[in-house]
Amino acid sequence: MLKVKTPKTGKARRELDKRAPKLVETGKKTLILHGTKTSGVLNSVLTQIYHITKENALRFSRKNEDVRPFESGGEASLEFFSLKTDCSMFVYGSHSKKRPDNLVIGRTYDHHIYDLVEVGVENFKPLESFSYDKKLAPKAGSKPFIAFIGEGFDSVEELKHLKEVLLDLFRGEVVENLNLAGVDRAYVCTAVSLNRVFFTHCALQLKRSGTIVPRMELVEVGPSMDFVVRRHRLPNEGLRREAMKTTRDKPKKKEKNVSKDVIEGKIGKVYIPDQKVGEMALPNKAKGVKRERREAKLRHGDGNEYASKKQKEDSE
Amino acid sequence: MEMETETQSQFQIDLGNLMAFDPLHNFPSPPSSREELVNECLKKGTELVQAISDTLFNLPSTEDVDGPLVKLPPPATRLPREKPLPKPKPPTKWELFAKARGIKNRKKDKIVYDEQTGTWKRRYGYDHANDEDKVPIIDAKITDEPGEDPFAKRRADKKKKIEKQEKNRSQNLKEAAKVGALPSHVQLAATALPITGSQAVPKKFSKEELGNVAGMAATSTASGGKFDKKLPGEKPAKHKGKYRKFLPVVEGKGMVSQEREQTEKVLNKLFSKNSHEMLNVNKAVNMYNVKKEKKWKNKEGKSSPSSSKLKPNKTLKKKSLNKGSSKKGKAK
Repeated sequence: MLKVKTPKTGKARRELDKRAPKLVETGKKTLILHGTKTSGVLNSVLTQIYHITKENALRFSRKNEDVRPFESGGEASLEFFSLKTDCSMFVYGSHSKKRPDNLVIGRTYDHHIYDLVEVGVENFKPLESFSYDKKLAPKAGSKPFIAFIGEGFDSVEELKHLKEVLLDLFRGEVVENLNLAGVDRAYVCTAVSLNRVFFTHCALQLKRSGTIVPRMELVEVGPSMDFVVRRHRLPNEGLRREAMKTTRDKPKKKEKNVSKDVIEGKIGKVYIPDQKVGEMALPNKAKGVKRERREAKLRHGDGNEYASKKQKEDSE
Repeated sequence: MEMETETQSQFQIDLGNLMAFDPLHNFPSPPSSREELVNECLKKGTELVQAISDTLFNLPSTEDVDGPLVKLPPPATRLPREKPLPKPKPPTKWELFAKARGIKNRKKDKIVYDEQTGTWKRRYGYDHANDEDKVPIIDAKITDEPGEDPFAKRRADKKKKIEKQEKNRSQNLKEAAKVGALPSHVQLAATALPITGSQAVPKKFSKEELGNVAGMAATSTASGGKFDKKLPGEKPAKHKGKYRKFLPVVEGKGMVSQEREQTEKVLNKLFSKNSHEMLNVNKAVNMYNVKKEKKWKNKEGKSSPSSSKLKPNKTLKKKSLNKGSSKKGKAK
């Protein structure tokens, strides 16, 4: 006998619908957590990554003991967290003698581990150490420009993988319409050597230039660090093919209030709410319109108008 | 999408992601100092960002309250999905039927005219129009049986309809679950099996019972589970070792020899199992005589006023022949 369980509140139903698989996916959420031992540097790295991806990131503040992403048994915790928090990317920080200041950036597919990249953090400069004009500070949640420099990103396996993962981590939501006034941040990743990537976060200054296109200037604002690639795990081919599947057909959007007539062609319906003329708020209460003033004027008559004005000037 | 800028470097630009990639840049090794490295990176970064914004700002833009809105192309780099593609829902039984018959869905009004009250009421829900339960008089038909209550019949029919609908709904959901296309807000949970069915409800074990299971199994070992390896966190067994009773060395006065009793018990058991054919004649005769005497006593005592019905049923329990014959060995 099977019982049908449905959520009893509208809020619960909406939450479940948000987590359901969709044809076209919205932004991925990131889970930031750390293991049993972390260093001071690593702690600030994690908090600052949390700051820059504030909109779609979750931070666990407690230590998590049995999280070992690269071991076969140690992924169960991560998969459980991913399931419960609906986060498909995670950043796991740990510190040990063998791997100091270690960050494991991973992605999940269907709440199972898809791929992992392990990097070490070096030469970390926190947000606070950068001094810049506060007006330039990028707003939270703005869509960033991402720049990758270096041929290493094309030639070295690990760096290719890291490039893909960093793009996924920082790109935010995929939007169709972008407000050009709102672009104010950029991430610059440079492959300095075969296993080292210099990462920094900059604010954009749009300067006037002769043409429509403004002149861009980058000002370093955010954390900057060196990523030293240590290990990585690519997804196996079958899983990768399945995860990359997309559908060609877009979900049909029904056009509302539009109908076709044989005689008149395309007709649209426009609904206007009732206008309550008496209750509308006037934009500025003109002094002369106020009833008391009007009545006072009528009583005293027009002759005194000048006199009263003069009185005011005198009293000044 | 690839773009050539004035300088001959080719950047790979992905407008949908606002990403630019310079695959041709090579750092003259080794980069001198940290600051120079940073500056170089920023310079290159500026170039790339400038290249993206070149194309970006030249896109056709619409004016909005906050600023110019630009329609971005879909991202060029393919990134893996986070959840599998949703599977299309299999059509329900009604949908299949409607398609086969060519039944189209007609839009219905929210408010319907109610014949009974002569007002307009909602189609379904509280106080809906044409409610069958609210009819005060039901005309009798020729096909009706005389003793039947038509109101109760209507209520029962309605209940049956609801049950049938529920069954159909759960069937449809099961079909969808088989394909993997269950709607996101529905979960199918297996409940307990019905008792009046093929299987009884499986017994629920309590925590203590489960804890004692290991101890019970331990009794099958020769040492009574004393040396069994224990899992970490397992509580020690309630009774360690074997049950053994040793007879006292010195017996008190007037006590029957316990050792003798022990051996007797064992022997009796052995004999009783194997001696079903033997008959203890003396014992049988004694029993018969006792029964006869009791019968005479009853006959004499029947002059008493109490009726036989009030007296408790006296069923003389016969001792089993086997048991009687077990003493055969001893008697002899």
